[in-house]
Amino acid sequence: MTIDTKFHHGDPVTHAPIVEMKGIEKHFGNVIALAGVSFDIRPGECHCLLGDNGAGKSTFIKTMSGVHKPTKGEILFEGKPMSFSSPRDAMEAGIATVFQDLAMIPLMSVTRNFFMGREPKKGKGLFERMDMDAANDICVEEMRKMGINLRGPDQAVGTLSGGERQTVAIARAVYFGAKVLILDEPTSALGVRQTSNVLATIDRVRKQGVGVVFISHNVRHALAVGDRFTVLNRGKTSAPPPAATSRPRSCRT
Amino acid sequence: MPTDAALTMEDERIKTEPFVARLMKRPELGAVGGVILVTIFFFITADRSMFTLSGIMNFLTPAAQLGILGIAAAMLMIGGEFDLSIGSMVAFAGMIFGALTVNLGLPLVLSIPLTFLFAGLVGAANGWIVIRSGLPSFIVTLAGLFILRGASLVGLKLFTGGSTQLRGVREAVEGDFLTPVFSGDAFGFVFNWLASVGLVDTFRSGLPKVPGIPVEILWFVLVALAATYVLLRTARGNWIFAAGGDRNAASNSGVPVNKVKISLFVCTACAAALVAIITVIDSGSTDARRGFMKEFEAIITAVIGGCLLTGGYGSAIGAFFGAIIFGMVTIGLTYTNFDQDWFQVFLGGMLLIAVLFNNAIRKRVTGER
Ligand SMILES: Nc1ncnc2c1ncn2[C@@H]1O[C@H](COP(=O)(O)OP(=O)(O)O)[C@@H](O)[C@H]1O
Ligand SMILES: [Mg+2]
Repeated sequence: MTIDTKFHHGDPVTHAPIVEMKGIEKHFGNVIALAGVSFDIRPGECHCLLGDNGAGKSTFIKTMSGVHKPTKGEILFEGKPMSFSSPRDAMEAGIATVFQDLAMIPLMSVTRNFFMGREPKKGKGLFERMDMDAANDICVEEMRKMGINLRGPDQAVGTLSGGERQTVAIARAVYFGAKVLILDEPTSALGVRQTSNVLATIDRVRKQGVGVVFISHNVRHALAVGDRFTVLNRGKTSAPPPAATSRPRSCRT
Repeated sequence: MPTDAALTMEDERIKTEPFVARLMKRPELGAVGGVILVTIFFFITADRSMFTLSGIMNFLTPAAQLGILGIAAAMLMIGGEFDLSIGSMVAFAGMIFGALTVNLGLPLVLSIPLTFLFAGLVGAANGWIVIRSGLPSFIVTLAGLFILRGASLVGLKLFTGGSTQLRGVREAVEGDFLTPVFSGDAFGFVFNWLASVGLVDTFRSGLPKVPGIPVEILWFVLVALAATYVLLRTARGNWIFAAGGDRNAASNSGVPVNKVKISLFVCTACAAALVAIITVIDSGSTDARRGFMKEFEAIITAVIGGCLLTGGYGSAIGAFFGAIIFGMVTIGLTYTNFDQDWFQVFLGGMLLIAVLFNNAIRKRVTGER
């Protein structure tokens, strides 16, 4: 899409929702984790999903990213009904998720984590192999763009700080062409400085036209980058405070 | 062996790690160190003949047989699972192979693929049950250990009319064009030539004392190279590390974890079948005790080779050296004045040291304190 950092509410031509979720319900046995949640995300915006612990935020985004199948409800992807049967399906469609538990393996190198499940290949047939040189170069370069200088591409993820790991996860999602980037509480375990790094990364990613779903239970972090806000309470959407529903971008810090 | 570190690009932004520090992080470090220590030990205590060409072949042969199993066990362990049934699988595959060649009189070109097929199916069943039930593979394959051992006994009696040993394999495979691939010595002509120019020891008749390289050693090297290539250089290798490191993280990132794990169970079963075929042709018969306790020895080999019991970390080259340590200790003690029964003490001690060492290495790698 065009470089357009101004956000227009509800402009249906250029900013139709990428993903639209209507009346999503999810039951785990007799636990009703979600009781009818509607939500949408448009290109270039940061839509915050707020709520207490146990409100169902993680469960909700897991239905969006193909981990869970909703018990009831409809998911539209670029206007068409869609049913993802695995995270891989969702990823291939362009929905990338940085899970709360990060989906990162501490014992493996940054490069191996970065390309996990989507390794660059070279060679044919029996000689098809992972293109390690390209993978290392791309990884170092992408991490540099995000402001992290790795000791080496073979540095284990376990040696990175929490904020750096978040950044690897985000960089990975963006590199693989995410249209929607879902971040599940990326700042909850971070210190002040690391948090502001991650928020800056979110801002950078949004400016590239990616729709960011930002989950947090910290309202201050959400207000810092959010364009729109949805509050989940015990599996339902509750009306967000009017002042927070829409904020002009210029107020962002 | 190519390593990730070797591919690191020169980049002024990257602080280069000292070579030694980087080496310290290789999973196979412990096993290589172990080989050096054990070699020094036997240089001091053992008869000189241990390190002659024939002595080396002597300890490399059992090392190779165990190593093929150990490397497969290492890959499975990196993938986060165990297989306690590989020892029994050697007996089971040996029984199948014996029945196919002796009872049915099939040529090797049929009996070998069929043996692999049977073994692979059992391996896939192991994997499928582990995945489906979500139970630890330890307990599922412990059941397999007994089932396969028992099935081998029953099967052998059935195929031989009551005996627990099936003979006549050598006669059945004699002259088969595939026999030299799985038994005997390779590169005999090289050794003959080396003998003729006086580079290797000869008998009085002029024949070399070492007639060639036992084929299992070549298979061992081949399996080690293939496993290392897969682990370090292919996408599947990345999936194996990922599946063992954290199965949820891996599957959320799009790694087909279940397929990876089931394939690894198939691989261990096929490694057991390969060992069965080689040893059965070699001895000309098969019995129900074949491969007894090999599951533990294979796991020890993998652990000495640097695999973490928790999965996600390890190396095939490490297991390669682990198996060599194993062979040296087993055979080496016969070249010394020590009581051979020290063997198990030695083994347990090494396992303990290896586990402690690996734990320390893991903390270094992850930067844990
Ligand atoms: N796999 C599951 N099985 C059963 N209950 C679950 C499962 N996942 C989540 N829940 C329940 O759903 C509710 C919402 O959880 P979650 O989505 O993780 O909340 P949040 O992310 O907002 O803190 C919780 O009560 C939790 O116990
Ligand atoms: Mg959550």
